[in-house]
Amino acid sequence: MTGFGRGLLHGLRVTARNLLRRSVTAQYPDAKPELPPRSRGVIALQEENCTVCMLCARECPAWCIYIDSHKEVTPQQVEGARERSHNVLDRFAIDFSLCMYCSICIEACPFDALHWTPEFEYGEYDILDLTHERDRLRDWMWTVPPPPAIDPGGEEPKEIAAARKAVERDATKRSTATEEES
Amino acid sequence: MADALEVALRCVAVLAAFLLLPLLVGQTEHKAMAHMQSRVGPMYAGRFHGWAQLVADGVKFAQKEDVAPAAADRTVFAIAPGVALVPYLVAMVAIPLGPGLVGQDLDIGLFFVLAIMSVGVLGTLMGGWASANKYSLLGGMRVAVQLMSYELPFVLAASSVAMAAGTLSLPGIVEAWEPWWLLWQAPGMVVFFVAGLAELQRPPFDMPVADSELVFGPYTEYGGIRFAMFLLAEYAGIVVLSALTAVLFLGGWHGPSADDLGWLWTLVKTGAVAFIVIWVRVAFPRLREDQLNTLAWKVLVPVVLLQLALTTVVAVKIA
Repeated sequence: MTGFGRGLLHGLRVTARNLLRRSVTAQYPDAKPELPPRSRGVIALQEENCTVCMLCARECPAWCIYIDSHKEVTPQQVEGARERSHNVLDRFAIDFSLCMYCSICIEACPFDALHWTPEFEYGEYDILDLTHERDRLRDWMWTVPPPPAIDPGGEEPKEIAAARKAVERDATKRSTATEEES
Repeated sequence: MADALEVALRCVAVLAAFLLLPLLVGQTEHKAMAHMQSRVGPMYAGRFHGWAQLVADGVKFAQKEDVAPAAADRTVFAIAPGVALVPYLVAMVAIPLGPGLVGQDLDIGLFFVLAIMSVGVLGTLMGGWASANKYSLLGGMRVAVQLMSYELPFVLAASSVAMAAGTLSLPGIVEAWEPWWLLWQAPGMVVFFVAGLAELQRPPFDMPVADSELVFGPYTEYGGIRFAMFLLAEYAGIVVLSALTAVLFLGGWHGPSADDLGWLWTLVKTGAVAFIVIWVRVAFPRLREDQLNTLAWKVLVPVVLLQLALTTVVAVKIA
């Protein structure tokens, strides 16, 4: 179909097709969106895991993580043993008005103390209230979804790969040993 | 006494139609346009799919302050929305809904309606001039140009039907209408509809109000209830144009079981034409000012002149 009026007809056809199709609009405040588990909504802190290693605060490109801590010394438990000192967290705060949701802190944390949660409704009227202190960050932990299952055919997790390799190595060692015996 | 009562009743009926039908068209436009653009449109007002959106809009408009620019010609500025709105109310008086179901059966109904409809455009022109704003003035001038260009094909197309029917009375035209006129008067119908759209400054012929370049042209300085009156005038205009198209070209109340459901047929045809008005708005981009006039003078006028010649030949042949 070519010639005069083709564009006009096409316009009418497109709009008519849209009219007859169901619109995909999500009625957001009435219906909550289903976000994927790895959505970057807000950062949660499992403060029991935190060792105050400061890696997250140092890696943060926006400098939005504030950590204060002090050292506590546990007196020697056994005669002659050294006194053990460990870090105690005094303050852990993330300023979400500065945060750019780059996820570097979460990647950097060696102890899985930081997690993403898909919650996103934490707007405030005062910008100062966007700084979430440790109790608030801890509360976000309850909203962290379980990690999604690994894709079929995807790369296996490092831990499992390492364990499997160890087992295979043991098996080969044992079989070579039996061969040498016989 | 009975006469006075009947007149009052007719006036109230016409007023009710005037207040209800444009809102219906407006709401349909809200929803249909939204879905044509893959949106859902108003959803909250009135709790069910936003059916009360226009009521809410009206309340909002009524609450707003009535502002007039310091340099404006205040009297003209103030009465312009009324001048734009009232003609469509008056036009509705003469449009028949069913056999005998008409505000006032005028012998020169068609002439009356066409004359009155052009007055409505003057309201926009007045608003554009009185606002003391360059965009409004530009818009007003474009309204004037558009009126000049499109009034001719509009009236000629209507006169083609009048010639075919041999009367200027709108109910008379519907009485004389026969289904094969659909084919006979088809070019006239298209010209009438397109020219009517242009006269209402509806997209794609909304160069005078062009919100993206003239910031709504003649309506720039208007707000509150006066702006609402301009808007209502636009939708009342759609109703009048659709009803006229239905009555003149689509056979008004003719249809299956026309004796009982004639009024419904007229309303259905009017609604269908109004839907096309909305559809065209969504689907087509705005015409440039020169394209606008080219369309009127180089396409519509020749087509309608040919239609007139055809009508004359056939009408004489029949007679």
